Amino acid sequence: MTTYLVRRLLQTIVVIFGVTILSFFALHLAGDPTYLYVSERATDEEVAETRAKLGFDKPLHEQYFSYVVGLATLDLGNSLRSRTPAFELVMERMPATLELTIFAILFATLLAIPIGILSATRRGTPLDGGIMLFAMFGQSMPSFWLGIMLILVVGLWLRWLPISGQVPIIQPLLDGDFQTAITNFPDAIRHLILPGITLGVFSLARNARLVRSSMLEVLNQDYVTTAKAKGLARHTVIMRHAFRNSLIPFVTIIGLEFGFLLSGVVVTETVFSWPGVGRLVFNAINQRDIPVVQAAVVMFSLLFVLLNLIVDVVYTRLDPRIRLS
Amino acid sequence: MIEQAKTTQSGALTATPADQGITRKQPSMWRSASASLVRARWPLLAVICLVTLVIVALFAPQIAPADPNRQHLIQRLQPPLSPNEQGESMYWLGSDGLGRDVLSRLIYGARVSLAVGVAAVAIGGLIGVFLGVVAGYAGGRTDDVIMRLADIQLAFPFILLAIMVLVVLGAGFLNLVIVLAIGQWVTYARIARGETIAQKRKDYIESARAIGVHGSRIVRRGILPNILAPLIVIASFNVAGVILSEAALSFLGLGVPPEVPTWGGMLAESRDQLLGGYWWLAVFPGVAIMITVLSLNILGDWMRDFLDPRLRGR
Repeated sequence: MTTYLVRRLLQTIVVIFGVTILSFFALHLAGDPTYLYVSERATDEEVAETRAKLGFDKPLHEQYFSYVVGLATLDLGNSLRSRTPAFELVMERMPATLELTIFAILFATLLAIPIGILSATRRGTPLDGGIMLFAMFGQSMPSFWLGIMLILVVGLWLRWLPISGQVPIIQPLLDGDFQTAITNFPDAIRHLILPGITLGVFSLARNARLVRSSMLEVLNQDYVTTAKAKGLARHTVIMRHAFRNSLIPFVTIIGLEFGFLLSGVVVTETVFSWPGVGRLVFNAINQRDIPVVQAAVVMFSLLFVLLNLIVDVVYTRLDPRIRLS
Repeated sequence: MIEQAKTTQSGALTATPADQGITRKQPSMWRSASASLVRARWPLLAVICLVTLVIVALFAPQIAPADPNRQHLIQRLQPPLSPNEQGESMYWLGSDGLGRDVLSRLIYGARVSLAVGVAAVAIGGLIGVFLGVVAGYAGGRTDDVIMRLADIQLAFPFILLAIMVLVVLGAGFLNLVIVLAIGQWVTYARIARGETIAQKRKDYIESARAIGVHGSRIVRRGILPNILAPLIVIASFNVAGVILSEAALSFLGLGVPPEVPTWGGMLAESRDQLLGGYWWLAVFPGVAIMITVLSLNILGDWMRDFLDPRLRGR
């Protein structure tokens, strides 16, 4: 167990190192990165001055070293537009993004489990066929297109739900204002439904298929046949014997799921004008505000790597086979 | 085995009995594949859709009713089936905010989606298979280095890096293809490595090695043909995935230059017209993407089941 954890921790460190290297060198791909930081009409003197100020005239390894030091002290440079620290801009918007991502994860996992079980236990019926067809569609459409369609139908034609804006929950919680968080809750959920479905639908479809196929696999195992043969109720066999074991492959992907959803937030937040990191990245792309894009990418990547570490550690406690190997 | 070694010694690894068996089996496999395709109906429909799409993309200039970039500001935002006052043809699928013909833009958009999808998967596949086979065949430290690189790439959401790289390099067809290709290689490398290791232990490879056939020749003639099947299945799913990524990146303005019509770009433009209720601008490009991706996914599912009958019905 300890060896596994140490190995896993070392892996994480290597990956974080990789993230810093990649995000650092991405800047240098187009040659001298100074030109990304100055306006197109800048004079040679201005370019030289910026180059010296940002340290791009130093050798690469020195630049990388000061980049890593900056990262460790949470200094990722200033936004080129607002002149405020990029890290702060990203963190300000992180709560809104986390709300959306958590909602989407809940949507994509909690719904996938009953759908997958239903599909597996009714294998071959029209219900199963319908669910699988839905899953196939869910995995084949661009999520942002679904978002646009939801805005058009649910938001504009039926006028059931708001199509943009966000009501905060996490931010008041962080401020210690529990009252506001609670009163905001119903309205926050109303605002979350459309972007949450948009962000989560691909994962929902994939997870439903995954639960179904791992359920089918488990349902064919001898111990399930034994459980049925000894006369246990169908419900007990499905829930106690089959479902619990079919969850194992499912848990592994929850961590990866988070990263997948994080990469989806950029388009989803853009479609729904959600005031999170994704929308910040979209605006920064359009304004070529490099430090903000870089800060967001690095923060998302680190978040993802750390979450995967946590999921793996939790997972070893769930599945004894990993602990022993 | 002795016979194998003899033929290989004469320098013709292609003529080993193992390979002959494969060549002999191939026509019948193709036949049973096409028979199964027709029986399965959905995959057949998917193939028909994809073939139509390829034809449409190839002959876009001949098929498109209008120039996809010609603007008719007077006839902007016309609903589907409205007459074109130039008397050329109808706006079958309506016109956009600049009075451009939506159908023609869709037809030209197929070119970008398919070209990016196929090119990125081909390049990523080549890099991945090469690195995977090298890692699997060489083993040891080479294997370690290549696989650790793969782990690092898998350990964080790739599309974010793609965004970062495209912002720095600037949008454009080549940059887009390269970035998406880099996003693909790991999948191929892992599969190619696993299959190579499995093949390496087989007798025909060991005997070829024993008599001193050069490594690159063994890989080319002996290993590669035997590991292609699973890779082709993955490629089908990956083209679908790349088309979705390309649409998302185009939607963010990081795809090909804006004057080139793309499905993702059309969706991005439709967003500005959404509040006016101009539904056709958003519906058709999305449907086009969905049909393409759905066809590729159905085809991939079918190929996987066909190659591995144990999975049928899963």
